[in-house]
Amino acid sequence: MIEKDAKLILDVHGLQTYFKTDAGIVKAVDGIDFSVHEGETLGIVGESGCGKSVTNLSVMRLVQSPPGKIVGGEVFFEGDDILKVSEAEMRNIRGNKISMIFQDPMTSLNPFLRISTQMIETIRLHETNVTKQEALARSIQLLKNVGIPGAEERIFCYPHQFSGGMRQRVMIAMALSCNAKLLIADEPTTALDVTIQAQILELIQKVNHEMKTAVILITHDLGVVAGMCDNVCVMYAGKIVEKAPTDKIYKFPAHPYTEGLIMSVPRMDIKGEKGKLFSIEGQPPNVIDLPECCAFHPRCHKAMQGLCNRCYPPTVMLDDDHEVTCWLYGDEKQKKVAMARADEREKSEEVSK
Amino acid sequence: MAKYVLKRLLGIIPTMLIIVTLSFFIVRVAPGGPFDGEKKLPDVVKKNIEAKYHMNEPLLKQYGRYILGVIQGDLGPSYKYKDHDVNFFIGSSLPNSMILGVIAITLAVVFGVTFGILASVNQNSWVDYLSMGLAVIGISIPLFVICPVLQLVFAMKLQWLPTSGWFRSGDPWTTVIMPSVALSFSYFANIARLMRSSMLETLRSDYIRTAKAKGMKRSTIIFKHAMKGALLPIVSYLGPAFAGIVTGSVVVEQVFRVPGLGKFFVQSSFNRDYTLIVGVVIVYSVILVVMNFIVDVIYSFLDPRISYQ
Repeated sequence: MIEKDAKLILDVHGLQTYFKTDAGIVKAVDGIDFSVHEGETLGIVGESGCGKSVTNLSVMRLVQSPPGKIVGGEVFFEGDDILKVSEAEMRNIRGNKISMIFQDPMTSLNPFLRISTQMIETIRLHETNVTKQEALARSIQLLKNVGIPGAEERIFCYPHQFSGGMRQRVMIAMALSCNAKLLIADEPTTALDVTIQAQILELIQKVNHEMKTAVILITHDLGVVAGMCDNVCVMYAGKIVEKAPTDKIYKFPAHPYTEGLIMSVPRMDIKGEKGKLFSIEGQPPNVIDLPECCAFHPRCHKAMQGLCNRCYPPTVMLDDDHEVTCWLYGDEKQKKVAMARADEREKSEEVSK
Repeated sequence: MAKYVLKRLLGIIPTMLIIVTLSFFIVRVAPGGPFDGEKKLPDVVKKNIEAKYHMNEPLLKQYGRYILGVIQGDLGPSYKYKDHDVNFFIGSSLPNSMILGVIAITLAVVFGVTFGILASVNQNSWVDYLSMGLAVIGISIPLFVICPVLQLVFAMKLQWLPTSGWFRSGDPWTTVIMPSVALSFSYFANIARLMRSSMLETLRSDYIRTAKAKGMKRSTIIFKHAMKGALLPIVSYLGPAFAGIVTGSVVVEQVFRVPGLGKFFVQSSFNRDYTLIVGVVIVYSVILVVMNFIVDVIYSFLDPRISYQ
């Protein structure tokens, strides 16, 4: 829940993260902007491989390098550009001010160390004046807060002695151990069964409400987004194609891709053709050497030949908080200019051949 | 745990019995015998010798006699060296091989693990290429090349170390250096390569990403979070490697004149010295079985997911 004039926590401008591969440069994240305020829950949705996770690993500066590299943009966290701070300062931010929980709780905890060791080390890493005993007491309290019964004994167990849902609770407790300002949850429920999913999401919501922790929720489950998020970013092929408050996205999806995603959610009340579930035709594009065009146009049923396949769509404000990147909303003048430029480009390419 | 240890120790007995039985019969399948020389012995003489060693008895009776001896700790007389029994040869040579082997495996582990970690955390840098280059050299150059080269450089040219001998009077330990270094080379190479790949794999795992996301330092991540998991393949390699290294190497022993066990593996086979062959096989398998048991115990200490009942 965002309060009025809530403090801006994270402000991302033009972030670009590229991966160098033998086949070419993969533009996993290509110039995206978004911001998160205190107490806000931002959903980032999109298909696999659209750059959701890389976006957030970039915010944490944890992109595996090589081959990955943040090549452009700014990430302001509480006013400072964290792409510019030193690695030591960045370490102080990770786990302390920005925490992260991951998709697979089965493999995200270190199987060789006790839960107590893993929790205490996080606390004592960021708060050096805390003694081991104090850190232990705090860890036990944290485990109790996330609903682990018998936390006093369970804390000395190893991760394999916990179930998947319990492990994700431990991950959340660990992520909260230093009162992080921002919690990035990278598909936190994908590996869990439905009832446990609901419990974990509730827990994240509780944290968000009670501690005013801002949350970025990465997911491909639009149902989860509807229930949890204040704002939503829809990503496609490394770009944000639509950004709006959650209710607007569901009521008035502007981008054909968003529309397709929402239609693809199974619903009891609406049946598709012959009772089949709607799905977006085709595959997400290969993000190596994307041509200058809208990346979604081959799958788009509203694509305009000559325009969508030749020119980048403009970003249009439909409302003061509803942003969409699509030619459907470009004005005639923009279209003409873009087409003329595309003609020129193609001509010069022909000449050079 | 105590119950598990007892169970495993008891399990060694049938394993050993099978090994002894198999090797007892297999060596006798090979053509020729211990008393067949280039010159054929007169039949009477041969009969007398065979009677002395009970070789005229039925095979099963010989086997029973041998097993009874083994149980009492007597590995029997050598068929080739008239004045000594197998216990004497093993008792006098195994300690030398042990000293050499333990030093060599220690060197191999210390340097292998260090170079492996250095290579993995500096992947694709000159450190990586240098370590792995050394490892490839260690694996591909045979001992009979490494040993003389070491002698040439350190004994002949630099005159730092004696060329050969074992615990010579004066400064005894200097004679140990070259053979143990030579012996450790290929083991070092294997450990370094294993360590590098397992560390790389561990560093890519999800829980290391978690540790990074918690803001842990690189050194803490490597030594506290990744080390245990990365060491597991090394530990399983070390079991058989240790058994192999402490039972000696023919080449190293020959070149550096070390009175070790290794040469008996080869000599006894050529001589069809049945009892000596089975004797060294027993020594090797006991060490191997015990090492595998120790490896399993170490595993349970390293990896909490493994528990033995």
